[in-house]
Amino acid sequence: MSETIDADLVRHIGKLARIELSEQQVEMFGRQMSDILVYFHKLRELETEDIEPMAHAVQSSNVFAADCPQPSLGPDQALANAPQRDGNFFKVPKVIGDS
Amino acid sequence: MPQIPTLTAVQLAEAIASGQTSALEATQAYLAAIEKLEPQIAAFNQVLADRAVQHAKNIDAKRQSHQHLPPLAGVPVAIKDNMCTSYGHTTCSSKMLANFRSPYTTTAVAKLEAAGAVVLGKTNLDEFAMGSSTENSAFAATHNPWDTDRVPGGSSGGSAAAVAARECAAALGSDTGGSIRQPAAMCGVVGLKPTYGRVSRYGLVAYGSSLDQIGPLARDVPDAALLTQVIAGHDARDSTSVPRPVPDYTAQLDEPIEGLRIGLPKEFYSEALDEQIDDAIHKAADAYKSAGAQIVEVTLPHSRIDTDEAGQLSSYAVACYYIVAMAEAASNLARYDGVHFGHRTDEPVGDIIELYSKTRSEGFGEEIKRRIMLGTFTLSSGYYDAYYNKALKVRRLIANDFTEAFKTCDVLLCPVAPTTAFKLGEKTDDPLTMYLADIYTISVNLAGVPSLSLPAALSKDNLPIGMQIVGPLFSESTLFRAGRMYEKVSNVARLTPALAAC
Repeated sequence: MSETIDADLVRHIGKLARIELSEQQVEMFGRQMSDILVYFHKLRELETEDIEPMAHAVQSSNVFAADCPQPSLGPDQALANAPQRDGNFFKVPKVIGDS
Repeated sequence: MPQIPTLTAVQLAEAIASGQTSALEATQAYLAAIEKLEPQIAAFNQVLADRAVQHAKNIDAKRQSHQHLPPLAGVPVAIKDNMCTSYGHTTCSSKMLANFRSPYTTTAVAKLEAAGAVVLGKTNLDEFAMGSSTENSAFAATHNPWDTDRVPGGSSGGSAAAVAARECAAALGSDTGGSIRQPAAMCGVVGLKPTYGRVSRYGLVAYGSSLDQIGPLARDVPDAALLTQVIAGHDARDSTSVPRPVPDYTAQLDEPIEGLRIGLPKEFYSEALDEQIDDAIHKAADAYKSAGAQIVEVTLPHSRIDTDEAGQLSSYAVACYYIVAMAEAASNLARYDGVHFGHRTDEPVGDIIELYSKTRSEGFGEEIKRRIMLGTFTLSSGYYDAYYNKALKVRRLIANDFTEAFKTCDVLLCPVAPTTAFKLGEKTDDPLTMYLADIYTISVNLAGVPSLSLPAALSKDNLPIGMQIVGPLFSESTLFRAGRMYEKVSNVARLTPALAAC
């Protein structure tokens, strides 16, 4: 398993996380993330084979809401923070190529 | 009558209800304090003066027409700016949300207002609540009222500084890994991280959803108890809020707990802890002993703090916490894509991926990117079991330690931060060093248990030293009563920074 995060891995993570990185950031994050990862490796000292993972502190089973209509945001409220709006739609740049 | 900002929230509510003063006078007194002190403190991202004055007038009109007044009627409060409000902005101190106006209001804030509290404004934080000093805000760094060259702690540093500087009677913060308790300790105020699920998270901008809780920052324990009383309870809009009745936290507050068993976790009293803090907490333990409490040593083995040859601190809990929190952050912050709300890049883009990537690159600060990237990595194919799943298993071990410890004691008495407030800029270069500011607080969030942070003493250089009282799930009543026992015998609760003295 990789012990350090090299430049290619930083670029790959940036792509997965949808964050554009400058070359200077690739270098910096690579160094800092490697340090932090070494820190995380401390957990390897612990034997956890038979331990049940704990995702939540207070156990609750499925919570169901009554299946009945509730008032919701109207189009103007829902679109009030839209960076770009076109009528009752969120507008985004063209995402499908011409070919 | 004493000057308004010197009163606690409980005292001010009584003074307003009895007609000694009015909600309008109270609001104006705090708005004047804000105007005077903000150039030095920078606790607020936004002050909502006109709205606050209008609300105060409405409350006074109610009182004049002899209508029933709710428990916080006319009490001016501040709200951490990661809680959505349908008025003003909700920025999370991030460029990403600099112009965001929420269409709805956080349940806890709505409950405070329904109880008559007057919202003065929204307070500064580390961007998206990720940080321990409130320096990591896209807008400004908040300064500690006890020494303006020092940080107020974080991430609820704006709320803690505002309460300490008497710019508001009380405030709300949020605590994912210590973000209420650590700034409370560094600013000399009282802060509660409630049991996970005790307070609705609806409207709180999500960071680590399995860890986040909203709680009060207040002048003293009775104020913290009253605010918790108001904001606690089940909310159908947060499926993780617990449908369990809220006890009357204020009823037996002044009755000492007979035969209280206080556990001191031996792992926390090591060389990693500043000597003055160690000393202050042991003196507090002696004070409890004099009041009839029994002091026992307990152990939290998986929250142990190790120091290597180079003096570097490490702990299973810190590693576990940052893996869990970063993974949850990476998932929660995926929503900031420049499509529906928030910042969108002005750069020309060729496709939708480029729109996302440029938007996020411009809108997020460096610490946010670091955490999202690490979270993305630990959740990614091939690494999930080694990091994320491993951390969830260690989380179980950490939580089990608390369950074990509470078999031999009622509450734990622990440090909050390893040092008193540090200097601005002292830790900003090294993210790992900053993460260690949370070394005593994060286990509590992983276990989900409640913890009350309150002033223990003042250091030789006149900085507040905090301590936290940790209890089992849903033991808030015990924490308030135990905290009140100390508050009554110590004089630190009512100490005020020179800058805030009226």
